[in-house]
Amino acid sequence: MALAFDEFGRPFIILKEQEQKSRLRGLDAQKANISAGKAVARILRTSLGPKGMDKMLQSPDGDVTITNDGATILEQMDVDNQIAKLVVELSRSQDYEIGDGTTGVVVMAGALLEQAERLLERGIHPIRISEGYEMASRIAVEHLEHIAQKFDFGVTNIEPLVQTCMTTLSSKIVNRCKRSLAEIAVKAVMSVADLERKDVNLDLIKVEGKVGGKLEDTELIYGILVDKDMSHPQMPKQIEDAKIAILTCPFEPPKPKTKHKVDIDTVEKFQTLRQQEQKYFDDMVQKCKDVGATLVICQWGFDDEANHLLLHRNLPAVRWVGGVELELIAIATGGRIVPRFQELTQEKLGKAGLVREKSFGTTKDRMLYIEHCANSRAVTIFIRGGNKMMIEETKRSIHDALCVARNLIRSNSIVYGGGSAEISCSIAVEAAADRYPGVEQYAIRAFGDALDSIPMALAENSGLQPIETLSAVKSQQIKEDNPYCGIDCNDVGTNDMQEQNVFETLIGKQQQILLATQVVKMILKIDDVISPSEY
Amino acid sequence: MAIDNLFKDDATEEKGERARMASFIGAMAIADLVKTTLGPKGMDKILQSTGRGRSVTVTNDGATILKSLHIDNPAAKVLVGTDISKVQDDEVGDGTTSVVVLAGELLREAEKLVAAKIHPMTIISGYRMAAECARNALLQKVMDNKEDAEKFKLDLMKIAMTTLSSKILSQDKEHFAKLAVDAVMRLKGSTNLESIQIIKKPGGSLKDSFLDEGFILDKKIGIGQPKRIENAKILVANTAMDTDKVKIYGARVRVDSMSRVAQIEGAEKEKMREKVQKIIGHGINCFVNRQLIYNFPEELFADAGVLAIEHADFDGIERLALVTGGEIASTFDNPESVKLGHCKLIEEIMIGEDKLIHFSGVEMGQACTIVLRGASFHVLDEAERSLHDALCVLSQTVIDSRVLLGGGWPEMVMAKEVDELARKTPGKKSHAIEAFSRALISIPTTIADNAGLDSAELIAQLRAEHHKEESHAGIDVISGSVGDMAELGISEAFKVKQAVLLSATEAAEMILRVDEIITCAPRRREDRM
Repeated sequence: MALAFDEFGRPFIILKEQEQKSRLRGLDAQKANISAGKAVARILRTSLGPKGMDKMLQSPDGDVTITNDGATILEQMDVDNQIAKLVVELSRSQDYEIGDGTTGVVVMAGALLEQAERLLERGIHPIRISEGYEMASRIAVEHLEHIAQKFDFGVTNIEPLVQTCMTTLSSKIVNRCKRSLAEIAVKAVMSVADLERKDVNLDLIKVEGKVGGKLEDTELIYGILVDKDMSHPQMPKQIEDAKIAILTCPFEPPKPKTKHKVDIDTVEKFQTLRQQEQKYFDDMVQKCKDVGATLVICQWGFDDEANHLLLHRNLPAVRWVGGVELELIAIATGGRIVPRFQELTQEKLGKAGLVREKSFGTTKDRMLYIEHCANSRAVTIFIRGGNKMMIEETKRSIHDALCVARNLIRSNSIVYGGGSAEISCSIAVEAAADRYPGVEQYAIRAFGDALDSIPMALAENSGLQPIETLSAVKSQQIKEDNPYCGIDCNDVGTNDMQEQNVFETLIGKQQQILLATQVVKMILKIDDVISPSEY
Repeated sequence: MAIDNLFKDDATEEKGERARMASFIGAMAIADLVKTTLGPKGMDKILQSTGRGRSVTVTNDGATILKSLHIDNPAAKVLVGTDISKVQDDEVGDGTTSVVVLAGELLREAEKLVAAKIHPMTIISGYRMAAECARNALLQKVMDNKEDAEKFKLDLMKIAMTTLSSKILSQDKEHFAKLAVDAVMRLKGSTNLESIQIIKKPGGSLKDSFLDEGFILDKKIGIGQPKRIENAKILVANTAMDTDKVKIYGARVRVDSMSRVAQIEGAEKEKMREKVQKIIGHGINCFVNRQLIYNFPEELFADAGVLAIEHADFDGIERLALVTGGEIASTFDNPESVKLGHCKLIEEIMIGEDKLIHFSGVEMGQACTIVLRGASFHVLDEAERSLHDALCVLSQTVIDSRVLLGGGWPEMVMAKEVDELARKTPGKKSHAIEAFSRALISIPTTIADNAGLDSAELIAQLRAEHHKEESHAGIDVISGSVGDMAELGISEAFKVKQAVLLSATEAAEMILRVDEIITCAPRRREDRM
């Protein structure tokens, strides 16, 4: 470690406990960072594309997750290295913004780092490299806009949307029933979408999973699903035209927040208290009944007595419903959440066409369906599957599909997938490179090479000869001037992605390139890593 | 430069071939573990719990074995734990062992293919095609006797016997099959197994087990109360019958003299007396409460000639309310609108040395109780599990009445069709399809092996038999030869077979897709040294 000395030969201490800290500087630091970033990218590389492999992750508690969703893998990976954490962040931000392409963005960043390493070895300054990358990314993004196509769909014509979702789902384990899942996702998004404002509130789509049944049994419910049953086993299992009182107060005697004591010292007091208590329960139930509610949904528990009174007055009730679900129910049924019995009025009741309880399998599992709601915007996707892992994975896949559909509604430009967009960008970037004087030219060219790595990984994962396939496709693109040629991952027999109907959203792809470039720039700029040593 | 600490300490990463090997081996080890329990001549396992008492379970129920295992290998966890086998148990109730064995065999075959440089994705797509084809093959061969009630009952009987034949109950399988079928037929199509109650009482032999049409509550009748009530009117309640607490928060009793205490106590007693009066005012002669009944109210009930049963568990209460048609009451102010339960006769009966309360002639004909007798608790537990399996399968069959033959017949039918498909399919996939058929055949092979038969010889014969059209050949483990399954009356439910096929393929696929295992550092427990 470099040290400064004063005239007596004593070292200046600059960092606290300097001796115990490990420190990497200059080229070493950059190389260490790059190799960390590459290591993360290497893990994800094999998960790219429709034939990508899965990763098995065991959590600290021993639970097993099997997935090929980039964001999930990275999240659960327990990464320690700082730079690797940056890459994890990168994938997460892609997940937040776009929801799809989380693997691609990491692979892209890894490839950029790999190229940067080579340039560093040639003695090019990291800042020049990052500037070159910046220029190249701008060229690529512009080119993407150039080759993007408008994509037509309407409320009645959802087929194109379904096709896009199928592309997303084809890389997941659920691709056995990608068609039906894609349809479910698209229908769900369409039913909550605001087509005029081009906005989709994904909060209105709830994804619920329950172990059991087949993946094919997954269904879209125009309403809400609550994993609860009626509070009393003998309450009716089906209510039509339900008027729902949504309560956040328990059916229990009040517990004032101020401290108080009720002293009982005479027999009379004892008896009045008792009567009051009984009246209290009676009032509560009567109140609900009076406003015309035919179903009570409550966030809290019921006293046994209240429970029986409810049954007695023929007022079905559900207890211990979670806060989030309560809100969803309120949104869907157009009701108001009522915190006190006194405030219960007729206008505050929610309305639903049908509420029913459904039981599954041989076990006692029951769930409550609230359908035909007054405000039918909220929908639920109910996933069934062989096991918990399968359901978790399906949830993630559906989330991706939902995001893709949402992005298309927001902006309907698309680019073609299968690596075709990357190849086309790479050609454009390389052509543009020669026009730049100066050292950046090399960086721009390197960027073009990095872009190639995505189709390369796709080909590798699909069991094709990577270099051979890539060069063939590339030359085909230039020869036929057709930017839609990509890697034929599924052995369909054509390279034209337009024919194969494989496409991705333009913003997704642009975001991928921009985010990856940003992170790489950030990593390249670091020239000093100071970390506390192990103890 | 190699980066050495990408992960946190103790986190490990296994890649590529090593990862695949680790997961294959883990899954196959689990399959081998339960393999020997498959089939009518399968062996049992002893499971000793690590908990206090080191309790011992003897079983050959795959689900039970797998549930009790503590597994570290992540791939093995896919097969066990919260997963595949458990779902099979919950949804269809039987066939858990078959799922695990089939998935293990599929992976064993896949391992060979991977060694022969076939990409896992190719294997998966081959497996998928094969599974689809196998399912179709089964669909073509199913028999459906739903129209004919007599025949359908016979089918159910056969299925129950087949399911039970691999369990401890196999000695008296006819007896138990009849019990199970009768119980399920009473449900009239509902899958709600709650109304079938199973009571275990050690003593006697398994043969002494019987089906009772009423409802049996494992409780004693209070002292001094009638032991036999005809035309009982029952009030089922969930209410406090000890001291009825004041539920208003913060209330407390504060007195300044002994006499006041006595007064309040008197008031309390009065309150209880009133409550009891109200309850009796319903015109009942039997009162069943979920919570305790203290001596004082019990005495009051006895005085009124009402049978009071305390502390029935929650399931018992719900079931009782269900079968007698009453509602579970917690308030007693409006006697006219509370629905009472009815039954023809309540009496105390003796099973072995225990006294139980028997409700017969209940309103809802669906309910019934199966009383299991047996030499020891282990036997009874195992018997209950077996009976549960049979009941599950039967209740599912009532819904989906399609039936197949058993004894390895469906596997052979599937294998034949899948083989056919392999020959027609071009490309590398055909290897995978062929492997699938080999995995299917391994099930009858295992059955034969477990029975101590010459499996190679038998399977070869079986295959030859199946080449003829409309063959009903399967393995007859009793005589140790190939026999006609239709004649022997060995049947299985289509739903179970289908679930086995699909779950096993799904599990195998999931494990095959993995090319990297990342294990996080185990969470450290503070309390352990």
